[in-house]
This record gives sequence, C-alpha cells and structure tokens, in this order.
Amino acid sequence: MILTAALGIPLLGALALAFWPRWQEQQARVFAIITAVVPLLLMLWSWVRFDPSGPLFQLVEEVEWVPSLGMGFRLGVDGIALAIATMSALLFTAAAAYPVDTKGMPRQYYAWVLFLESVSLGVFLSLDLLLFYVFFDLNLVGMYFLIGRWGHGRPQYSALKFFLYTLLGSLALLLAILGLYLASEPRTFDMRELIAQQPLAGVAPAAGLVLLGFVLGFAIKTPLVPFHTWLPQAHVDAPAPASAILAGVLLKMGTFGLIRIPYSMMRQTFADYALWLAILAVISILYGAVVALGQGDLKRRIAYTSINHMGYTVLGIAVAGALLEGSETARQLALTGATIEMVAHGLITGSLFLIAGSFWERGKSYDMDYYGGLGAKAPMMTGLTALAAFASLGLPGLAGFVAEFHIFVGTFGVYPWLAGIALLGILITAALFLQMLQRLFFGKLPPQWSGFPDLRVSEWTVLGVLLAFVVIIGVYPSFLIDIIEPTSRWLVGAG
Amino acid sequence: MPVGDLLPELVLLIGAVVIVLFASFSPQRLQHWGASLALLTLAIAVVITAGQGEAPPKLTFSGVWSLDRATVAAKLLILVSGGFAVALSPRWMANDRRHGEYYALILFSLLGAIMMASATDSMELTIGVLLSSVASYPLVAYHRAWAPALEAGMKYFLMGALANALFVIGIVLIFGLTGATGYAEIATELNRNPDPVVVIAALTFVFIGLAFKLGAFPVYAWMPDVAQGAPAPIAALLTVVPKIAAALALARFVQLLPVSLAWPWVIAVLATLTMTLGNLAALWQQDLRRLLGWSAVSQSGYALVAVTVVGATDMAVPSLLVFLAAYAVANLAAFGAVTHLRGRTALKHYQGLAHVRPWSAVVIVLALLSFVGIPPLVGFFGKLLLFQAAIDGGYTWLAVVAVANTVLSLFYYLRVISPMIFAKAAGEYAVLGRGSAVVMLGAGLLVLGLGLGAQLLIHYVDGVVLLPK
Repeated sequence: MILTAALGIPLLGALALAFWPRWQEQQARVFAIITAVVPLLLMLWSWVRFDPSGPLFQLVEEVEWVPSLGMGFRLGVDGIALAIATMSALLFTAAAAYPVDTKGMPRQYYAWVLFLESVSLGVFLSLDLLLFYVFFDLNLVGMYFLIGRWGHGRPQYSALKFFLYTLLGSLALLLAILGLYLASEPRTFDMRELIAQQPLAGVAPAAGLVLLGFVLGFAIKTPLVPFHTWLPQAHVDAPAPASAILAGVLLKMGTFGLIRIPYSMMRQTFADYALWLAILAVISILYGAVVALGQGDLKRRIAYTSINHMGYTVLGIAVAGALLEGSETARQLALTGATIEMVAHGLITGSLFLIAGSFWERGKSYDMDYYGGLGAKAPMMTGLTALAAFASLGLPGLAGFVAEFHIFVGTFGVYPWLAGIALLGILITAALFLQMLQRLFFGKLPPQWSGFPDLRVSEWTVLGVLLAFVVIIGVYPSFLIDIIEPTSRWLVGAG
Repeated sequence: MPVGDLLPELVLLIGAVVIVLFASFSPQRLQHWGASLALLTLAIAVVITAGQGEAPPKLTFSGVWSLDRATVAAKLLILVSGGFAVALSPRWMANDRRHGEYYALILFSLLGAIMMASATDSMELTIGVLLSSVASYPLVAYHRAWAPALEAGMKYFLMGALANALFVIGIVLIFGLTGATGYAEIATELNRNPDPVVVIAALTFVFIGLAFKLGAFPVYAWMPDVAQGAPAPIAALLTVVPKIAAALALARFVQLLPVSLAWPWVIAVLATLTMTLGNLAALWQQDLRRLLGWSAVSQSGYALVAVTVVGATDMAVPSLLVFLAAYAVANLAAFGAVTHLRGRTALKHYQGLAHVRPWSAVVIVLALLSFVGIPPLVGFFGKLLLFQAAIDGGYTWLAVVAVANTVLSLFYYLRVISPMIFAKAAGEYAVLGRGSAVVMLGAGLLVLGLGLGAQLLIHYVDGVVLLPK
C-alpha cells in the first residue's frame, strides 16, 4: 500500500484544496507542503524496505482495472524507478515550499501542484503500460493549467504549444504501446509480463515501427533535438516552481520511459537502432550546449542546458542497450550513470529554475544583462547559484560529475569516437555557466539594484536542501549507486 | 408473429401516439407533461431492451430484424441519449406555446434510429432512414420565429431530401441486381459478381444516404447549422443519435460486400476526409455550437475508422460501440452545459466561465478533453479501442491519420478551454434551471465515471458481432 498511498495522498490533497473554499493563501500553502512531504517520506520508507539483492520489481501492488483489456492498476519499483521517484517527491516538496505569486488563487495553484505530484509519481511507479500512459498524459493536463494560469509573458500561447506538441508525442507513444500489446501473447499491458515475453523480437518492419513510435514519443518529452522547440518557450513563461517540475520531473519521463519500455521490452530492436539514438543524443548534447551559450535570457539558457544534460542521459541509455551481450561492465556503468544524471539533473536544474524565479520576482526580467555585480549585494544567492552552476557543469565532488563520469566511461567502452565528440559538450557547458555567473554577479552593480534583496529564509532553505543532496551524491555516491546498480546489472543482462 | 421481439419499439410507438393525443387535447400549461410521458416511455423501453441483451443473438420477423448484443447495445445508447435530450427540454421549450408534440417527434426520431440500427433488410433500413429524417426536420426548425433555426431546418431538409432520395435509388438498384431485400440473400448474390458498374453506383448512393445520417463526407454540411440553429437539446440529440444508428447500419451493410470491391479503402478515405475536413473547419470557429457541430463531423470520421476494419478484425464492432458510447456521453455533456447556459453561442461569451459557473466549466472541460481522448476519461477508452482495432485490422496508417487529427482537434478544444479558464469573467451567466443542471452534471459524471469504470462498458460489448455474419 506504500506506493498507492504515495500517489493517492497528494491526489486527495489536491481534491481537498479544490473543494475547500475557505482556505487562505497561508493555510493552503502549509497544507500543500505537508501533503507534498508525505509521498517523500513514503518513498524514503520504500527506499529502506527495498532489498537490492531481491527481485527486480519490489513493493508490487496489483488491482484489476479493465481486465477485458488486460489492464490493471499495477505499481512497483526497481532501483531506477525508486531513485527517480524519490528525487521527484523531493523536488515537488521544494516546489510547493518555494514562495510564488499565486495571483489570488492559492487553492487552485497548490491543487494543481499536488495533482501533478500524484500523476508524476504514477508514471515512475506504474508497472502497467496503459496505466503508465494514463499518468503520462495527465501530466500534460496539469502542466497546461499551471503554465496557462500562473505563467507570465505569453502564458496561454506557451501552454497551448506545450500541450499540442507533447500530446503528439503521447499519441505516438500510445500507438507504439498498442503495437506492443497486440504482439504480446497472451495479450497484456503488464510490464513484467512484457519484459519476459519480449514481443516483436525479430519481426522486422513492425518492430522498427513500434520502436520509432516509442522513440518519437519519448524524444519529444525528453526532449531530443530536433523535437525540443516546445521546451524553451514553455520554460520561459512558466512560473518558477512549474519550471523546476517541468525540467526536474517531467523531462525524466522521457528518459525513464526509454529505459522502462523500449529498452526493456524490445531488447533486440533497441540494440539494432541504438547507434542512431546515440548519435541523436550527441547532437542534442552539442546543440543544446551551443545554443545555451548564445542565450541572453537566464531561463532560456538553463532550458537549453537541460537539452544538453538530457542528451547525456539518452547517450548512456543508448550505450547500455547497444549490445545484447558483451561489454557488460561498460554498459552497466553507462546505465547507472544515466540514472544518476536524471537524479542529479532534477536536483540541480530544479534549483537553477527556482533561482531564476527569485530573479524574476525581484526584477521582473530574465535578461542577464539587466542584472550584474550582485555578488556583494546578495552573497547567499551568489553562493547557491555558483554551487548549482558548478554542479551542472560537472565539477568533481558534485552530483553532475558522478553521473557524467559514469556515462563517459561507459560510452568509451562501446562508442569511443562518440564519447570523444560528446566531451566537447562538457567544455561548452563549463564556459556557458561561468559566463552566466559572471554576467549576473560580477562586474559593476547597476544603480537600480543598490537595494537588491538577498534570498529570504524560505528560499534558501529550499535551495539548501536540494543542493545538499547534490553535494552528498557528489562525495558519497554509493548510497545511490547501491540502489541502482542491481537493476542496471539486470538490465544489461549481466545477471 | 413474434411480436414480443419488438416490444421496445412498440412501446416507443405507443408512447409517441399517446403524447400526440395528449398534446392535442390538453391546455397549454400542461404541455410540459409530454416530457414526463416521453421519459416514462423511454424508461420502459430501456428496461425491456436491456432484457433482450441477455438472450442469444437471433434474427426475427423472417430475418429482417436483428436481436444481437451489438444491436441491443446501440439501442440502449440511442434510448438513453434520447432520454438525456428529453430531460434537457422542458425549461428550454417552456416559452413555446405548443410543444407537446415536440416530445412525440423525438420518440419517432428515436424509433427511426432504432430501426436503422436493427435492420437486416434493405427495406427495413430504408424506412428507418426515412422515419428518422422526417421526424427530425421539424425538430430542427422548431423555433419557427427565429431565422437561424429556419435556415438550419431548410438546409437539413434539402440535404436530407437529396441524400435520402439517392439512398432509395441505391437500395432499388441493389434490389434490381440481386432480386432480394434480405441482407443474407443480398450478400450471396453480390458474391456472384453482378455488373460492377451498377454495383458501384448502388453502393455510392447507399453510402451517401448513410453519410448524411452519420454527418460524414460528403454530406456533412448540415451538422454545424443544426448544432447552432436547432433547439439546444435537439442539437444534442441530432449530433448523437443518427450517428450511432448510421454507424451501426453502415457497419452491418459493408459486411455484406465482397472483398473484391475494396470497400475498406473507400471507407478509409471517407474516414480520412471526414476527420480532416471537420477538424479544419472547426479550427477557427467563433461560435461554440458551430464548433461542436464540426467536432461532431470529425468524430464521425473516427467512427468510420472502426467501420473500415469491420471485415478484418473482431475488435471492430466492439470498438465502434465503445467509441460511440464515449462520444455520446461527452457530446451530451457538452450540449447539456450549453443548454444549461441558455444556449449561449459566441465563444467570447464564454470568457471566464470557470470563475462564475465553475461546474458548467468543469463539465465542458471534461467533455472536450474526453473528445481528445485524455485518460482516464471515457473518450480515452473509445480511442484506445479504435486505434487498437485499426492496427489489428492492418490499417495502421489510418490510426496515424486519426492521431494527427487528434492533435489538430486539441487546438480548437483548447481555444474553448483557455478563455473559459484563464480569462476574466465577462458579465453575467444566466442559466436555465435546476433540471438542466442535473442533466449536465449527470452526463459530466458519466464522462469520468464510465472512464474509471470502463470495464463495464467494454465487458458488455466484448466479442459481439453484427448479424447476419
């Protein structure tokens, strides 16, 4: 019941907020934070209960939903899902706690955040393909309303573009899911069953098409270049906590989905096309980094670094799935690295987007040249931003380094030349973050910022917690790796 | 004569006659009792029909009338949809000095639809098509003092008269070719390769006739006008009931055709055109009711996807029925909300609805998201089964077309949702009364409830086939 409670409680909380008309801003916020913490505690409890030496999927819960179709309410975790779901729960707590302008509709705002928490955890915890799709799609609805109502700039346009574009990805995914389902025997949406069956193995054109559907669906969500154009716009106009959720949690659904579905359920086809996926990933890495370097808008810059980082993750996944056997160690490192990258990126980029929100609140602008020389005025902001930026560019001792190190070592073992090209991305990322810090915090202080307020307690505590985990993963990664490793070992076929 | 097999239809007929008599001899202030009589009639018919679903499938009345589970499911849908339309009507029609026979016309139009859905004989089908059309024309133009209603009625009538005439010619040609009216004999004779030119002409005419009832290419232009000009409860009725009946009639009819005719391709092309044209026309509509009308056209296209694969997969008929049920519920919810809001039409008059009438807004949002197929709403399961049948039947490209159209349709549904939720309220929102609110909320609840409880729906139609097969 732990997992059901983890996604049921925020949903009930969302309903309570929606139907309880008397709550004011402060009450709604406190209630939302408390409700958002519960799934985090439940995930930590699952972490304790999870047995790394046990079976692949643990804490399994199963109730029939539409037995005529072979669809059930099936939940369960492996190491990868557990790590990402826990990170998501943490990020949602942070998003709920981060101060934000709710435009006079606090109940609705927090209700949507909690709804989104529920359905996001659902994506990572479900063990049923159709249930996975249900949660995957509901995310779009939640994010659409968050951006459209509480965004700034041209929120409705951005929300519309986000919904249309990502629905296209969802529907491609749905067709692929149906393709896989129709090929299974007996027909089922049970993921465990499908992983065991490996339907479509060796069915040449059909398997390729189904894989294409999955990759298209997840590439839009992740996003991979050239399917990324919805992302910067959505980020810029979204409220800061929604941006943090979008980057930290929603993008992970693409890469997590890649591991969970095509990687696990169609091993052979995935291996056949892994090189193409890896090339796409390297293009994303380089393109994301180069375009990020050219952005003068703080949020756009962070958004493009997301494309770069998600590129590393996809590269790790593609490498891990490139072969059916052989190079197990390298492939396992790559897959472990991809998972750590997801966790690290969620924490780091989530923090960066929250910081961008603090800038917006103070200056109503994301233009980096509009700020400058804030180092002395806002030391706390400078310090935390610098920490997040260094983590993001992969400084050793921080979480981003652990992830990228694993991925690159793994990639060198399988596609050494691709690893060589992708390394360029790290260089550009370093440049763009250092330049960002310089433009925001160093140089001459513009006169209008002589009264620039530093981070408030409610802001720096949230950022402090998120970034503390970045440091912990950086210096003591084994607590995370121990959970992920058995799963990635199983997934690369090394027993 | 197994008269008992026709009990639900007889109940409808008697109910309609009683209402006509009642309306003729009762004073104006009692006219609204017609609604209660109609609901009572429908309730009895539903109970009897539900009982028919338990019996094994069979043909009755010398093979002209089918009593299989698929037909029973469609009949239930038709009757329940009719019930929703009737329940929405009393307050809406209250200002009309004489509206007793309005309810009788609804019952006649439902009877025609049921005949279309049940017919396994071309003459029976013809009568169903004609009865359903004739009873619907006056309903569309019931607001006889209002120009748009007359225009809609006139368009509906002219298009219908032409389509029905062609339909009858098609049926006559088939009779001439095969010498039979029963479906089983027609199928046998058509398999003996009669003159292909005549066959193609006949089928074209029959398709046109059914496309009119379905609101599909090429005879779909009446749909937005009816949605806009007819009384709002009738708009709800006519965008749903004839579609269910015609989809079933068409699915049953194409089963008779020999494979050599490549009819699935024809239907697939019609499906593509209907979906795409309906969606494109809806994109920039400034009038919610017209937009819902065009969306109803595009939904006919999705229904045709299931008809395309009727011969290729056993999932086709169940998926068609689930899709139609999902569509019916969502469309009734949407039009229920429009009726409840006194039929307001212009999109800009819906600005900020969520702040003033949150429940109406919630129902509209649920209905539109169900059209898109967002889970776990009932529309999701409709589309899921539809795509599944299309892929299983070897028409993956058609599923891809349907997907592209779904994304396209989200654009205009969001054009409705976005100002409703994000904009500030523009003035007052008068509503019709408690009756329409209950109906609207009931339909909205079904959109969600039948999605969460999709097992009920899917289990009921699991493995059904259309006789004679």
